[in-house]
Amino acid sequence: MDILITGLLLGGTYALIAVGLNLQYGMVRIMNLANGELIVIGGFAAFWFQTAASVSPLLTVFLVAPVAFALNWLIYTVMLRPLVKRAKSRGQLEVDAILTTFGLSFVAVGVMLAVFGGDYFSYSYLARPVELLGATFGLNRIMAFLGAVVICGALYLWLNHSRPGLSIRAIAVAPQSARLVGIDVQKLSALAFALGGAVTAVGGGLISMFLTLDASTGVMFTLKALIIVIMGGVGDMRGTIVAALALGVLESFVASVLDPGLTLAAAYLLFLLVLLFRPQGLFGRGQA
Amino acid sequence: MKRDAWQDLALGAVLLAVAACLPWFGGSYWLSIGVTIAMYTVLATSWALFSGPTHYISLATAAFFGIGTYTTGLGIDHLPYWVLLPIAGVLGAVLAGLVGLATLRLSGVYFVIFTLGLAELVRQIITWVQNFSGQKGLYVLTDITEADIYWQLLGLAGLVFLGGWAIGRSRLGFALRIIGDDETVARHSGINTARAKVILFMVPGAVAAIAGAILAPRYVYIEPLLAFTPMLSFQVVIMALLGGTGRLWGPLVGVIPFTFLWEAISASFPNQTTLLLGLCFLLIVYLLPKGFVGLIESVRRWARNREGYA
Repeated sequence: MDILITGLLLGGTYALIAVGLNLQYGMVRIMNLANGELIVIGGFAAFWFQTAASVSPLLTVFLVAPVAFALNWLIYTVMLRPLVKRAKSRGQLEVDAILTTFGLSFVAVGVMLAVFGGDYFSYSYLARPVELLGATFGLNRIMAFLGAVVICGALYLWLNHSRPGLSIRAIAVAPQSARLVGIDVQKLSALAFALGGAVTAVGGGLISMFLTLDASTGVMFTLKALIIVIMGGVGDMRGTIVAALALGVLESFVASVLDPGLTLAAAYLLFLLVLLFRPQGLFGRGQA
Repeated sequence: MKRDAWQDLALGAVLLAVAACLPWFGGSYWLSIGVTIAMYTVLATSWALFSGPTHYISLATAAFFGIGTYTTGLGIDHLPYWVLLPIAGVLGAVLAGLVGLATLRLSGVYFVIFTLGLAELVRQIITWVQNFSGQKGLYVLTDITEADIYWQLLGLAGLVFLGGWAIGRSRLGFALRIIGDDETVARHSGINTARAKVILFMVPGAVAAIAGAILAPRYVYIEPLLAFTPMLSFQVVIMALLGGTGRLWGPLVGVIPFTFLWEAISASFPNQTTLLLGLCFLLIVYLLPKGFVGLIESVRRWARNREGYA
């Protein structure tokens, strides 16, 4: 039972970072492999404010979000839009985007190594035990989970019940036709990309409350977020959340029953099953 | 046309023979640089054989390489060394085949993601198994010298070039070029695209595993973190793309300058190698989309046109 709850709590934060990636990949069709580094940057910010000025990470995220939004908006308009314009096909854009965002992720890791060094960093915040359904959990995990629920919920409502949300979903379905009905594809793509980045960085700030990070852990988060997005279905928010919770539960199950060193292997097993049986994602409609 | 082909082959053989003389003339420093260059030439050229025509970016090199290293590490006490190299090749090809079967039916993104974590996956499993058996690493103690390793790698490089040359002329190579241009067209003209891609992906898998098996004696002590270093996959991608995948000799043009640059950076700023890698990725995308090969060819075309108008 406590494995299940631990897993759900972990899955909630995974959902946040995967939703951020899905906004970028599912809606704007940019596979952002620097996603994990954004998480680490968000975590670094939370760490720094907590240790230097003892500002609560839950407040820091309100600062992290607009900064990450601006940064991602700049990355999209300056670096990625020329690639979108130059690409002759979706495949070519994918290759270019993969190489560019890999480049960005390595640059980010290099800069963080230079500034912070290669040490692990963690801080203690709200590390109080809380009784829940007969088992004890860290309060920080629960707060992170609640934060994730609030943000995912708000994002879901925004995407499904607002005009810009509707337009963004239209772009995700058919970028060419969206232009014909008067949607400003360029502006909204940049907006969705930046929003995805902001959500991811906030996820990083929340994760840093209970996980130890270092400058080069980003790629593991990228990998997990990618697996979740594909499992849930590209562009499908609901599927992403379900997949993230499933991955969280599976990971904590493997970590407590088999070996904590095998969590990635577990994620891969899930990924392989999805690739073999439901490559269009959990709720995706058939269209290989 | 036929004469050109023979000329290319002869030129390649001569260059290989010249390269093989290095252990007698260069000192130990140059020999170790030579081993590094030969290793990356093998890895980058075989990588480009698959990823060049298909545009599928494989990040699995480190996984295959590590499998090869472990083949030598585990087998050296039980089997003669020469048997281990083909075994490593078969293991690498089988793993590549399995990965290919799972992912190459789908779009390129799935393949990239799967290969991105493959080395880490294999590493976690090996570490887990080793925790059970209680051993942490493996010793590979042989009387194989650095020069032996260098010659073996050169031989492998020769085979890779020969293989790439043969594939380029075969039906398979032709099929892959069509797939790279337009997969739908390829499928409509009766090419079994998934099968062609899986078969070709087994080539870099086998080659990287053999290279790992050859290099294992150089490391002496093998442990999972060393054998499956994820950096290797990225270095290979960078070198191949920097050189250009449009020509068989393209990756070689990237390997040589990048090796020297990498050595220089890691000697003076060991923490900045990741930054260098990142900047190279951006350089390739924005300035050198076809690599040095593309640059050389456009300069040549420009020179020819100028002559024509003068």
